[in-house]
Amino acid sequence: MAVFARPRQALVIAGALGLAISATACGTGDNDGSGKADSPECAAYQKYQGHGGAEVSIYASIRDAEADLLEQSWEQFAECTGIEIDYEGSGEFEAQLQVRVDGGNAPDIAFVPQPGLLSRFAQAGKLKPASAETKAMAEENYAADWLKYSTVAGQFYGAPLGSNVKSFVWYSPKMFQEQGWTVPTTWDDLIKLSDSAAAGGIKPWCVGIESGDATGWPATDWIEDVLLRTQTPEVYDQWTTHGMPFNDQRVVDAVDRAGTILRNEKYVNGGYGGVKSIATTSFQEGGLPILQGECALHRQASFYANQWPADSRVAEDGDVFAFYFPAIDPSKGKPVLGGGEFTVAFDDRPEVQAVQTYLASGEYANSRAKLGNWVSANRKLDVANVANPIDKLSVEILQDESTVFRFDGSDLMPAAVGAGTFWKEMVSWISGKDTKAALDAIESSWPR
Amino acid sequence: MNFDFADEAPKLAMLLYGVVAFVAVVGGLLLLLDAVPARLARRREARLAAAVAAGKVIEPGRRRPRDGLFALFFLLPTVLMLGIGLVVPAIRTLVLSFKNGDSTEWVGLRNYGWMFDRPEIVDILVNTALWVLLVPLLATCIGLIYAVLIDRARLEALAKSLIFLPMAISFVGAGIIWKFVYAFRPAEADQIGLLNQVWVWLGGEPQQWLTNSPLNTLLLIVVMIWIQAGFAMVVLSAAIKAIPTDMIEAARIDGVNAWQLFWRITVPGIRPALIVVVVTISIATLKLFDIVRTMTNGNFNTNVIATEMYNQAFRYGQTGQGSALAVVLFVLVIPIVIYQVRNLRRQREV
Repeated sequence: MAVFARPRQALVIAGALGLAISATACGTGDNDGSGKADSPECAAYQKYQGHGGAEVSIYASIRDAEADLLEQSWEQFAECTGIEIDYEGSGEFEAQLQVRVDGGNAPDIAFVPQPGLLSRFAQAGKLKPASAETKAMAEENYAADWLKYSTVAGQFYGAPLGSNVKSFVWYSPKMFQEQGWTVPTTWDDLIKLSDSAAAGGIKPWCVGIESGDATGWPATDWIEDVLLRTQTPEVYDQWTTHGMPFNDQRVVDAVDRAGTILRNEKYVNGGYGGVKSIATTSFQEGGLPILQGECALHRQASFYANQWPADSRVAEDGDVFAFYFPAIDPSKGKPVLGGGEFTVAFDDRPEVQAVQTYLASGEYANSRAKLGNWVSANRKLDVANVANPIDKLSVEILQDESTVFRFDGSDLMPAAVGAGTFWKEMVSWISGKDTKAALDAIESSWPR
Repeated sequence: MNFDFADEAPKLAMLLYGVVAFVAVVGGLLLLLDAVPARLARRREARLAAAVAAGKVIEPGRRRPRDGLFALFFLLPTVLMLGIGLVVPAIRTLVLSFKNGDSTEWVGLRNYGWMFDRPEIVDILVNTALWVLLVPLLATCIGLIYAVLIDRARLEALAKSLIFLPMAISFVGAGIIWKFVYAFRPAEADQIGLLNQVWVWLGGEPQQWLTNSPLNTLLLIVVMIWIQAGFAMVVLSAAIKAIPTDMIEAARIDGVNAWQLFWRITVPGIRPALIVVVVTISIATLKLFDIVRTMTNGNFNTNVIATEMYNQAFRYGQTGQGSALAVVLFVLVIPIVIYQVRNLRRQREV
């Protein structure tokens, strides 16, 4: 069985290829940037210097274009301090992080978007508490509410990084103008608007909750947003920490109220079919029929701005824009649901702490924001550096002292619920399962 | 979609390195496997020829005492790797299945109790049973019928490669392809899914195939059959070709028709191959994970044991419950493996 008719020829080919690899491998020179450290543009980074040549690995779920922006955002820092940052993004972040930590191959820093997952690692003793510098920096730049999410058993593990605001309803200003609609500011107005759209032959809402592995999460956001509007923030906190049962009557009512939109054949699912099509419509495509005039409203987070085609203008008078998902009882204030990731460390080498501190700083928040498509709750973030109008709106909401902010509930819950049964049961619920039965199933899966 | 090659240069370079390294390593290995045995064979021939020329008597039994050592030499790496890669993890999984979610406390049989306590466990077990019954049976039948039909036909090689091609696609890739086949668009829009388009042509309303239980499980099973039928066909076709022609000729002289020829000669003749195919596909089906995860992620009552195991252990951080599911899966595979081993042993005795 001769694979190569002439073995010697094959040998030559293999040898040449091998040489080619080693030659190109030598091509990538290393630079520790030490020559630049004293230049004026590096003055801001002086307090992080002294770790030249050290390497810090960062692992997160951010990939593709956004990952490129992320790497650009700390380029200057890396050049001035000589710390080489080795970034890796993975679509399987949540599962793989556990595997890597168990395998003794933990990254130095991870951006964890779920406080629930963060506390799991903290309780297992895998995370290193943040250094005093990081803690001071975080306390200076972030509201206490935010720091609470990365504090486990009194120990602070890391500052927030990017954030997003989820309580938005996307719409087409053009369509609103043509139809003579105005942006609703109360829940009742929202329902009236939906009814008049439905009467006019337009399915008012489009919804998509398919998201591969994570199918169902957009539906959990709906429930959380509605619960925050029908109950007090304290009830919401009890619910996320299992201080009350998941299937409490107040939650059942909130889910049923969300159901008056989500499970209403007259309201959904513009451009995609009936209610059941919600479960198989990807969240990325969820709101796109707005551009075709096939639906009017799409409740989705600030980051949905990235999903619109490049040639559509996101602005108050453009093709698409978003308004605040109205409160049910405006006298109780404006609750805002949001999310974000936290910079936590699995190692406490000084260079790791330096990077962790820097990422919590105002300089970093501004340098990342200037690159576009980014929101942070960092108080030092200058709104002028945020380009996208929705991001601007988000930053203003986050920095507003009167905002009642609550973190995405499913991210706070243990993964078995927050990334498991809650998602799954919401998919079943959309497909027709009884509300109480779905919530009972989630309650029974809460880890003991 | 505009794609700027200059922008993607680092990624393209990485791709190039990958391809070059792959070619170099695989090429080198193939070369080694090709050249070394050939050289050894040539040396032995030369030695034998020299011995014959020198008039020495070649004793065939001379190397016997070293055979054991020789066998050990080949066995050792296998045993070592099986130990590290299979036995140790299996034992560890068993141990973990008696511990809690983060493996810090012993919980006895609680994880096993949990498993049979859940309302969806019936779905999972029924689905797994459906898969294990239907896939081996249908894939083998289709493979067998196809192998018989194309045997000694014109363009046999082409016909074979056509049905064998799906084998070359990963389960995830197959899942994505078939997801498009089952794609749904509302009646007023253009259908992009093949099945719905055909359905609409036949006068039906577009269906959300993947959300209608239990039909969706059957539609996922189709994907697995599509992949495995090629494997069954190739093995069975080879077995059919190995049936001695004089047997077939003798049967023909005795006046059998095609139907009798198939049941009395072909099927008994390829029985061992049939068993191997059914067993292999059964085990692959029990472990099934990728197709379900890619296409529905276990939603809409399509969950199977392996998907649930992965979710529990790796996504929900419930290592104990995940391990318990893995152990159950292992227990389910054991009878099939035992059957296969006994079968092989019986064949050797004959």
